[in-house]
Amino acid sequence: MSVIPGTPDPFAEDRGGPAQPLLSVSALYKHFPVRKAGGRKQVVRAVDGVDFEVLKGETLGIVGESGCGKSTTAKLLMGLIARDTGQMLYDGQPVGERSMPWRSYRRQVQMVFQDSYASLNPRMTVEQSIAFGPKVNGVPGRQAVERARALLARVGLEPKRFAGRYPHEISGGQRQRVNIARSLALEPRLVLLDEAVSALDKSVEAQVLNLLLDLKQEFGLTYIFISHDLNVVRFISDRVMVMYLGRVAEIGPSDAVLAAPSHPYTRALLASMPSLDPDNRTQKALLAGDPPNPIDPPPGCRFHPRCALAEPVCSDAEPPLGAVAPLHRVACLARQPGSGHSAAPARALAA
Amino acid sequence: MLLYTLKRLLYVTPVAFGVSVVCFLLVHLAPGDPLSAVLPADATQQTIDEMRAAYGFDKPLPVQYLIWLWHVLHGDLGTSIATGRPVAAEVGRAVVNSLILAAVATAIGFTFGTLFGFVAGYHRNSAADRAASALSVFGVSVPHYWLGMVMVIVFSATLGWLPPTGAGPDGSGNWRPDLDHLRYLILPAVTMSVIPTGIIARTVRALVADILSQDFVEALRAKGMDERGVFRHVVRNAAPTALAIMGLQLGYLLGGSILIETVFAWPGTGFLLNAAIFQRDLPLLQGSILVLAMFFVALNLLVDVMQTALDPRIERA
Amino acid sequence: MTQPVAASVALDGGVLAADDRAHGQEAAFVPSRGFWGHVGHRLVRDPVAMAAGALILAVVVVAILAPWITPMDPYKGSMLRRLKPVGDATYWLGSDELGRDMISRLMLGSRLSLFIGVTPVLIAFVIGSGIGILAGYVGGWTNTVLMRTIDVFFAFPSVLLAIALSGALGAGIFNAIVSLTCVFVPQIARVAESVTTGIRKRDYIDAAKLSGASALTIMRVQVLGNVIGPIFVYATGLISVSMILASGLSFLGLGVRPPEPEWGLMLNTLRTAIYVNPVVAALPGVCIFVVSISFNLFSDGLRSAMEIRQ
Repeated sequence: MSVIPGTPDPFAEDRGGPAQPLLSVSALYKHFPVRKAGGRKQVVRAVDGVDFEVLKGETLGIVGESGCGKSTTAKLLMGLIARDTGQMLYDGQPVGERSMPWRSYRRQVQMVFQDSYASLNPRMTVEQSIAFGPKVNGVPGRQAVERARALLARVGLEPKRFAGRYPHEISGGQRQRVNIARSLALEPRLVLLDEAVSALDKSVEAQVLNLLLDLKQEFGLTYIFISHDLNVVRFISDRVMVMYLGRVAEIGPSDAVLAAPSHPYTRALLASMPSLDPDNRTQKALLAGDPPNPIDPPPGCRFHPRCALAEPVCSDAEPPLGAVAPLHRVACLARQPGSGHSAAPARALAA
Repeated sequence: MLLYTLKRLLYVTPVAFGVSVVCFLLVHLAPGDPLSAVLPADATQQTIDEMRAAYGFDKPLPVQYLIWLWHVLHGDLGTSIATGRPVAAEVGRAVVNSLILAAVATAIGFTFGTLFGFVAGYHRNSAADRAASALSVFGVSVPHYWLGMVMVIVFSATLGWLPPTGAGPDGSGNWRPDLDHLRYLILPAVTMSVIPTGIIARTVRALVADILSQDFVEALRAKGMDERGVFRHVVRNAAPTALAIMGLQLGYLLGGSILIETVFAWPGTGFLLNAAIFQRDLPLLQGSILVLAMFFVALNLLVDVMQTALDPRIERA
Repeated sequence: MTQPVAASVALDGGVLAADDRAHGQEAAFVPSRGFWGHVGHRLVRDPVAMAAGALILAVVVVAILAPWITPMDPYKGSMLRRLKPVGDATYWLGSDELGRDMISRLMLGSRLSLFIGVTPVLIAFVIGSGIGILAGYVGGWTNTVLMRTIDVFFAFPSVLLAIALSGALGAGIFNAIVSLTCVFVPQIARVAESVTTGIRKRDYIDAAKLSGASALTIMRVQVLGNVIGPIFVYATGLISVSMILASGLSFLGLGVRPPEPEWGLMLNTLRTAIYVNPVVAALPGVCIFVVSISFNLFSDGLRSAMEIRQ
């Protein structure tokens, strides 16, 4: 059934069964060197020890303020930048090693970028952009074009009208549909959507989100959905991961995380969302100031300078991710038994 | 500022090294034996070998280069094969003449270029603007050696106002700052100035138009500053770039003077180069080019540092 | 608090909403045209560029047909009929210092003048683009080494470099072309490098990498189409300089050798005639000037036609 001929792709088939995570990331680090005034060398701790899993068939939402490391994580997952350390297992296979080279991995994992215009080559027609991937993977030109047209039709763009258009000749929503079609051209199992709907108008955003849900169903896809918009993440995600300054603050089922947030940062983030209910207006800013500088993150819990629950113990040690409910884990001392925090629960949860 | 200068110096060093390598290799690009021009056709093998050893051509290339570089660093550019005189002395005399010509041409170009540029920039899309842009296209499109010929045809051959060739009435050597010599300078200098006039006019026009369209000029006018004050602001903001272009043009003219110097038989480096090429006097060719290129490198460095010093907007880190 | 998304999703119902519908209809009226289509469309509306282009075309046609259409034998001289003035009954544009027909020699001369003027830019366009795109796309050490090497050539004013190289190599058409190519390769490479560096971080390059394409394929398919325009415009601007320099080399006796007609060389041999027949002596220069300024104006027109905001 694969449209990609030539080398048979051993990774297109499921290997580990439904219980094995599709992608499992552990201890992912990425520090960027920067040179500050005076010539001192420093590093931006863009991604500073991130662990998570993406389950087969789910949508994992990743949220956080700008600069929290969402986009760097996306680029690391795609191999667009090299990780410093850390391991990635795709369906049980270590990515970037002999058994699963990046090239094989990328047939399985594709990405949709935020900027719908910048991610399309301005000198290529929509159809050429979509057909490029299959072509470089050995699909004969004619078939690649047919595939591109079929995908255009599938994302709601009539091929007759749109195939020969250039990116500047179509609207932002249409461009993002093209980008989605392109990401599907290699028949991936996992699609990473990096702020894929953030630049769109609200009405268009909703259409694209529904399209994404349909496509997921039809092609049996797994999504990683990165966004700063909690409403969108709530709508599309099965599980949510909240990032703060290069680390995971909270991860769990989206109902649990967004309805009953455990981490003070998640709470603040939710509370800062604009509400349509006039009785429920935010009265005061729960999140004051900008996030601290990732060049020089605060000691201990990175959130403590902005946190309402902060106690002296919070600046001593970085809190580990601990379970507060089955599948729901939080990196906050106030939620972890025996942490020394006054609000900590008495005993461990039997997770 | 000192730090910036040192940084530029550090950057220029490998370029200067590369330039010396290119100049050195020029001689070895040349087909045939570099000595064939001076040796009689019936020279014995022994004579040839002795000559080769005397000029150092018998050693391996890198060794030759190091020896050559060592001499160059001590001011010794070798001996002219054709005349037997030291290259450094020949080039030194010629450079002075070329520099006079190029400097006068640059001065003319700068004067008219900024004048046209200012007028065009102040009155965009006017007749003056169109004239200025036509002039700048003319300046870069005209074969200047032909323009030189036309000048000679008009002002010497036809009108008889100015002498057609040479640097002075005695027909020889050096230019001196007197009225007689000045007459000889006019035609080549004016011919040469056409290129920088066009380029400076184009640059200044763009600069002035850009500055005038910026918000701060609007703000100054709104605050009640008169046009003379605005003009002063424009000048202050346009000056660093205009001066930098002028400096670079001086370098280009000095290096590119060979055609015009040939037309006017001006006894400068171009003339020297011409002679060196046709007498296949490779040490002289190498020496002249090295001096001109190094001058250009140094001028670039100077312009860069001066522009940074003059322009408050460029960070001096 | 989930209302905004939920509400709009409910409203959507699978049909195209206002934004997409509007664009779809507007798009139906505008014919789709690629970048070069737009450039061509704008270029034909630029009278100056079109006039310059027509002149270049005319000269090229004359150059191609020259051996068959010259009114007289361009090589056959006559000691009795030297330096006839312009407007002569036999020699329409006069005759040269050896009594050869000027108009025939000018027509035939366009061949070599164009050839040694345009060829170096063409070769340098290919080589320089290759070096620049490679340096810009690969970046890192490759870029540093290539671009620092190129900086060395920028330390020579281009006239000096051309004359130094062809002076060392010796006279001849081939050597002149080699020297001029060496002058233009660094200039084109620097432009190509900066344009390529400007686009290598674009998302569509990342997307192409993700599709598994090799670096070479990405450079050829994705990068080339986006950088070739600006490099091409820059190269067309260099043709004017190249024509002047190439004829200049012949003028110095470093390019074409007699008795072949070439405008720069003709200018040189006619220098002795400026007191006898100045107009004839200046004619080859007029040809160089006209062709050179035409290339300049055409290049300017092309540049402004390409300034399309997309």
